Amino acid sequence: MNVDRITEKLNILADAAKYDVSCASSGSNRKNKDKGLGNASNGICHSYTEDGRCVSLLKILLTNHCIFDCAYCVSRKNNDIKRAAFTVQEVVDLTINFYRRNYIEGLFLSSGIFKNADYTMERLVHVAKKLRTEHNFNGYIHLKSIPGASAELMQEAGLYADRLSVNLEMPTEAGLKLLAPDKNRQDMIDPMHFLNQEIIRNTEEKKLFKNAPMFAPAGQSTQVIVGATPESDQQVLQSANYFYKNFNLKRVYYSGYVPVLADKRLPALNTAVPLVRENRLYQADWLMRFYGFHVNEIVNNQNPLLDLDIDPKLSWAIRNMQAFPIDINKADLQLILRVPGIGLLSAQKILAARKFAGLGWEQLKKIGVAINRARYFITCKSNEFERRDLTGQNIKQFIMAQSQSKYIKNTQTQLNLF
Amino acid sequence: MNTLVYDGTFEGLLTAVFEIYERKLYPVKLLKGEWRSGALFEEIIPIVTDEARAGRVLKGLRKKLSAAGVQRLYISHMAEIAGEDCNVLGFIRHVFDSDQNIEEDYGNKYVMRLSEILKMVRREKHRMEAFVRFQKLNDGTFYAAIEPDFNVLPLLIKHFKSRYTDQKWMIYDTKRNYGLYYDLHDTQFIEMNFDELSKPVNVIAAYSEDEGVYQNLWKNYFNSINIASRKNTRLHVRHIPRRYWRHLTEKI
Repeated sequence: MNVDRITEKLNILADAAKYDVSCASSGSNRKNKDKGLGNASNGICHSYTEDGRCVSLLKILLTNHCIFDCAYCVSRKNNDIKRAAFTVQEVVDLTINFYRRNYIEGLFLSSGIFKNADYTMERLVHVAKKLRTEHNFNGYIHLKSIPGASAELMQEAGLYADRLSVNLEMPTEAGLKLLAPDKNRQDMIDPMHFLNQEIIRNTEEKKLFKNAPMFAPAGQSTQVIVGATPESDQQVLQSANYFYKNFNLKRVYYSGYVPVLADKRLPALNTAVPLVRENRLYQADWLMRFYGFHVNEIVNNQNPLLDLDIDPKLSWAIRNMQAFPIDINKADLQLILRVPGIGLLSAQKILAARKFAGLGWEQLKKIGVAINRARYFITCKSNEFERRDLTGQNIKQFIMAQSQSKYIKNTQTQLNLF
Repeated sequence: MNTLVYDGTFEGLLTAVFEIYERKLYPVKLLKGEWRSGALFEEIIPIVTDEARAGRVLKGLRKKLSAAGVQRLYISHMAEIAGEDCNVLGFIRHVFDSDQNIEEDYGNKYVMRLSEILKMVRREKHRMEAFVRFQKLNDGTFYAAIEPDFNVLPLLIKHFKSRYTDQKWMIYDTKRNYGLYYDLHDTQFIEMNFDELSKPVNVIAAYSEDEGVYQNLWKNYFNSINIASRKNTRLHVRHIPRRYWRHLTEKI
């Protein structure tokens, strides 16, 4: 093997793939079979980059040659950069050898579009097939579904991959038209729809026949870029909600736009990455998926943007003071989950512990509740509780005065678009 | 205040519990280690591990706790965290002094502490599953050295055994000087003498030919996927504390 050439290819094709945020390796249940290599049963982050993101998978492009000209993408046709392409065998060797050394959980393979969608998709499927059938590799495989690829190929991809994803790229169709004139939103939705049907069908089949083959056991995910086009958080979250509801997506990833190209349609090259906004979007996403919030409670026509200073749950709470205070020793789980400063695990612990004895502030603190936020919204087994009649705005000021935002050192104004 | 000294084993701990109830020795302080006549005015009671007595206490625990609860207690003790014996003991006393199963009584300080210990141990176990970096040796064995904060090697067996079934591997805890070896069929604990092996000549000769190549490729990959404009050192170090760096190929 030509070490220098492989190294160069790896550098180019890993660099080009890094703007894809998804790195999840959980959600599958692939077992090691016939004394083969690996399994994919639990998500593990094997390392973290200096920007603090998890490294779980070998995330590379098969090639960065591309026939498309999407404004936000480094690999766009008209961008003057080095191009490279891996052979199928090279990707297989890298995956196996990294996996054996416990560097990775598996492979995340994406690609620029060369020739056409089917030709590209076929190559991706070929890599996965080779890993599964020739090398008995049972680690995690995440494949990109190439928009516009045929149903037969998508079907085959689902047989070998744990997760498939199509990137929507822009939260709205208008945004996509503006920045990626060659792409068509329907082409992205079609494979998503097809896979969803197949996954549902496979789940039914599994119920009847235990030995039915697995089909994309870790489901589908997608990614939207935020901050490249002027969509509001309301539009972003509502579109995410739509895809969660209608396509059973496991995850929607929000990628704060990193300026990579000078283009008059895009934010200037020196604009900061909207890290805080990205963080708030993920918090909102969690509220929708795990905390029983409806998307309209988080963002609506009166509040189309998420508050960057405070998290969306606190933001909801101070707009809905009539719901509080609640008694921590009596309230239902659904209500406790809505208290700022109480997370999923703390809520479960509270429910278990209060069966033995009423809980006071000290105990709540030990359990993991962030008292500095929760104290304005709850009562517990104690004579001390917030007696003043505070408005939401008061509370926001008190909380912000005592807490140091982790973003304080890179405070930034929301980027200017035009 | 009575001071009990026991041998550090789980059976020893349970024997101590037996003695405490049998001889009504409360309040007590529980210490690990050899019995020394150090403190002049302190009453020290050495505990001699007794399997029969330990067995009776274990039987009692099994009656009052779920199987998972007993397992959690065992893991909390096995992790060998300094100064936690008294909390483990407090938990066991709370178990026996209550009529119902108190596993989830998080308002109680011992139950809460045990849940914290368990969280620490599980996090360390999970870190090891992530941060083990195998190096391929000449004979085809994949070798990794680790220095976990707590004694978690026994907890790693299941994960690595069900994942790497077609390669020989060894994970060695250099801090506690014992390792785990898989020979393609089963795992066993081993102890090694590194004096001769760790001479530079032997170390270099021990690695397989392509080991350096893949280590370099991995380092290159690690650097290529970083997005400089999102640099966040604080977050980076929170995820991989510095003490783990020296065994991480990409951070050396």
